[in-house]
Amino acid sequence: MVATEVRPARRSALGRAAAPYALLLPSVLFMLALFGWPVISAVQQAFTGTHGGATQNWHDMVAEPHFWQSVRNTLLLVVVLIPVQFVLAVAMALLLRERLPGRGFYFYVWSVPLAVSDLAAGLVWLSIFTDNGYLNSALGWFGVNPVEWLSYQNASTMFLAVFLAELWRATSLVLIILVSGMQMMPRDYEEAAEVFGASFWQRLRHVTLPLMRPSIQVALILRTILAFQAFAVAQALTGNEFPLLVGQTYLWFAGLNDPHVASAVALVVLGVSMLTAIGYLVMLRRPDRSQGGER
Amino acid sequence: MSIAPPAPPAPPAPPEAPAVAAEPLPPVDRRPLRRRRMIRAGQQVAAIALTLFMGVPVYLIALAAFSSRAELNRFPKALWPRDVSIDTMRTFLHSTGVVPSFINSVEVGIATLIVSLLIGAPAGYAIARYAFRGRDGYQLFLLTARSLPVVVLSIPLATMFLRLNIYDSVLAVTLVHAVLALPTTVLITASVFVAVPAELEEAGMVFGCTRFGAFRKVVLPLSVPGVAASSIFTFVLSWNEVLAAAILTLNNRTLPAQVLTTLPYSPVEFRFAGGFAMVVPSLVFILLMRRYLTNMWGATIR
Amino acid sequence: MSNQHQTSGISRRSLLRFGATVGVTAPLLAACSQSTTGAKSGGGTVNLLSTQHTPTTEADAFRQILKQADSSLSVNFTPGEASPTISQIQAQVQANNVKTNAFLGTHGDLATLGPNMLEDVTSLIGELGSAGFSADNLTLTKLGTSKNYYVPVEQATYVLAVNKKALDWLPSGADVNSLTYDQLLAWMQAGKAANGGKPIFGLPAGPKGLLHRFTQGYLYPSFTGGLVTTFKSADAVTAWQYFKNLWSVTAPSSTNVDFMQDPLSAGQVLVGWDHVARLVNAPKDKPDDWLMVPAPKGPKGRGYLAILNGVGIVKGSPDQDRTKQLIKDLVKPEVQLSIVRQLAFFPTVKATLPSDLPPAVRLESDAVTKTQSGGMLSLPSVGMGANDAKFTKVFQDCFTGIVLNNADIQQTLTTQGQTMQQLITDSKAPCWVPDPKSSGPCQVG
Repeated sequence: MVATEVRPARRSALGRAAAPYALLLPSVLFMLALFGWPVISAVQQAFTGTHGGATQNWHDMVAEPHFWQSVRNTLLLVVVLIPVQFVLAVAMALLLRERLPGRGFYFYVWSVPLAVSDLAAGLVWLSIFTDNGYLNSALGWFGVNPVEWLSYQNASTMFLAVFLAELWRATSLVLIILVSGMQMMPRDYEEAAEVFGASFWQRLRHVTLPLMRPSIQVALILRTILAFQAFAVAQALTGNEFPLLVGQTYLWFAGLNDPHVASAVALVVLGVSMLTAIGYLVMLRRPDRSQGGER
Repeated sequence: MSIAPPAPPAPPAPPEAPAVAAEPLPPVDRRPLRRRRMIRAGQQVAAIALTLFMGVPVYLIALAAFSSRAELNRFPKALWPRDVSIDTMRTFLHSTGVVPSFINSVEVGIATLIVSLLIGAPAGYAIARYAFRGRDGYQLFLLTARSLPVVVLSIPLATMFLRLNIYDSVLAVTLVHAVLALPTTVLITASVFVAVPAELEEAGMVFGCTRFGAFRKVVLPLSVPGVAASSIFTFVLSWNEVLAAAILTLNNRTLPAQVLTTLPYSPVEFRFAGGFAMVVPSLVFILLMRRYLTNMWGATIR
Repeated sequence: MSNQHQTSGISRRSLLRFGATVGVTAPLLAACSQSTTGAKSGGGTVNLLSTQHTPTTEADAFRQILKQADSSLSVNFTPGEASPTISQIQAQVQANNVKTNAFLGTHGDLATLGPNMLEDVTSLIGELGSAGFSADNLTLTKLGTSKNYYVPVEQATYVLAVNKKALDWLPSGADVNSLTYDQLLAWMQAGKAANGGKPIFGLPAGPKGLLHRFTQGYLYPSFTGGLVTTFKSADAVTAWQYFKNLWSVTAPSSTNVDFMQDPLSAGQVLVGWDHVARLVNAPKDKPDDWLMVPAPKGPKGRGYLAILNGVGIVKGSPDQDRTKQLIKDLVKPEVQLSIVRQLAFFPTVKATLPSDLPPAVRLESDAVTKTQSGGMLSLPSVGMGANDAKFTKVFQDCFTGIVLNNADIQQTLTTQGQTMQQLITDSKAPCWVPDPKSSGPCQVG
């Protein structure tokens, strides 16, 4: 009896150790073939060039008149927009939980921007902010003179327009991830805290948000990576007057026929995104590694 | 075996004995109720304001798409349908290639769904069930795929596909979209499988299933709503993706590649018509699938 | 309760299973029958990729023209953006798997592809000798070598579109059909003042706008008599100072305008400069309200830029005889006249324009004729190859620096001049019109 029990156990122990890697294998092979090759190609391109090698490409990239502006704008969008989006998404998720009448309709409308493509979103907000657009028309009905929201001379309104458009477009993704996370949260803890006299803000800070940590982490990482890729909306609204890093990639590749510098910029975007993702993973790490945890 | 339930305690005598009659009860303090009602009203107002913010832009582009050219040139524009015309939409829909590219987009979307699930779900399961070395590193590796600008991703693949002779095909676009969709698929399926307690699987195995049988009979049915949610993300991503599709196809374009690449060069009324035409399928899709959107973390219990 | 849960679970599950089955079979069927978005492909179709005629209506009109030109030839016309289209052709040629037969693009696009990606068509040009291509155009088609690499099929230039309302403020003594730049500036200043401080002039300074052609082909030749050889001369400083003055009376929203016909039709501005094909929709509704006039004259003459579109045969493509047939069809006079009528691009062959053109096109062709008689011709860069885009960017950066950001004019020109010299020396391009011929690479002056 004992002998036959030992043998299957040893086999299954080995099998169990190899199982995760076997399950991962198809995706790893797939990604190496279809993603590894472009990365290698990009690195190759970035380190060669028509004049010098990597140093020349780096110099060209940095000397481009809009480069530092694009870095600043991308960071602005990431640092200013994402916290606002998260606050808004948490507020929306909490509102949905209150079981207000009409919440099915609210949820549908709030998730619609998820399915709108970048370019279409840019066109939507362009029709609002352009000089002849709906916003100025609405202001006109109130007797206010039209404002040139998108003029390059008004840097702040330009940023506001891009900010609102990106807020509209991308908050649904965060909302949906957070709502799904909230669904699994038992309300017992919050109710207990309320019984013990915690105010709304105390409950939020000490009970609700920590319980939502896994979904917040996923949402933060995904949203930040996608924020670094933002480009089409700003271009539709402001042309070249609000440059962004990925816009620089397109400029070098499509506008200037220089794939070498374009690859260099792309690698910079890749590097920065990865650093941020690692930062999030480290900052939001829980002591127990499993998501959700055993209770 | 049955234990008699304890007798309920006798209710305590009310402090105000009926003998002390006619002392009126203190007035009910309506303040908490009023405050609660005001909070509810405030919440409703906030919800409506947010709904307006999210919904009005879509209404406006629909309005712009169905306005006549003259109306689009007028200022101030009317915020209600003043001068409706379906000419622009009709010309747009009849222009060459819109219907076949629509079919191509649907094919690519469904194929991307299947490929990314077939490849990603096993990985999600591995992340959910096993704590192995390199788990974080693997997830980071996946995320790099979304961090590389699409144009730098697509051009080398175009050369590769040309050599393999699968260029300009639904398969080519599907493969690239699957690469872009894999990170979200793996992340979401991992979360879905985590939400299904491992004990259920083990229970299945105790009752005689193999590991895979337990997966198929126990985990899979419970995770279907969550997997459907991941499918929504993948389909929407593939449906809206423009640049890779434009670079990798010639005669078999998807709808965004066919339409959106020429949109910036078209007169302004076509831009709105095209933008709206791209938004409508997504609106319908989300309407149909919205119930699954919140099921990423497992079946809804509450 | 458990029964209810089970039935709902089954129905949802079976629905999803059905969906999955459909989803699996659909792509399998799809692999067998993809929906072609162009004409039926297969034997006998000429695949024509293009960067021109991208707007939906223009593309359909061009397809009609092709069908009427030759009913025996099946052409699959696929317009698109410049960069992905050019990248596709380059990828195909490099992989030795060429599926595109022909490419229709501007001279700049064809120069970017270069002689390595295009077939030598010198013999074809020889066959078409009687068509009457101009010598200047044929020089462009050589891409800096001694052989022709594409056949010119369309040409265009840039004019001023004027809403007749603006004529109220025209300075006395000025003839709108023969303005000087100073008169234009005075006119626009008067217009802006009368309009409550809101400018009535627009320029296509958007990301896809053609403002750099204004700088290269209009401003520089008219003020300095040259382009590269006078790039940082004293006359050039005067030109840029003028440009700054002109910009102060231009609508600031121009930085997001690619096609002037949009703000002109909407009445946002009354006068605008742009490519003829990007102005043609402005007078469409009320042609009587509009005038099209030649661009103004500067101290050194009335400089104007002629843009050439041509068709090249992709190197290594199959069925080149059919492609040559397509090209021969495109240069037939009646096809060239259809192109004028429907697309506002003018012929490259000798063909008399009929009198029954649509009003907008007639307005433009009048302006074009006036431009060409007595104007100073300027050509886009010849021989710059892949550096053409960076060469253009020099002018765009000068505009951004000097006009938008008030940088010092001479300093900017000196710095950008160094960049320009590096590009020209790399491409070994000799000077081209309006600069005088040079023996070696053009020198920036």
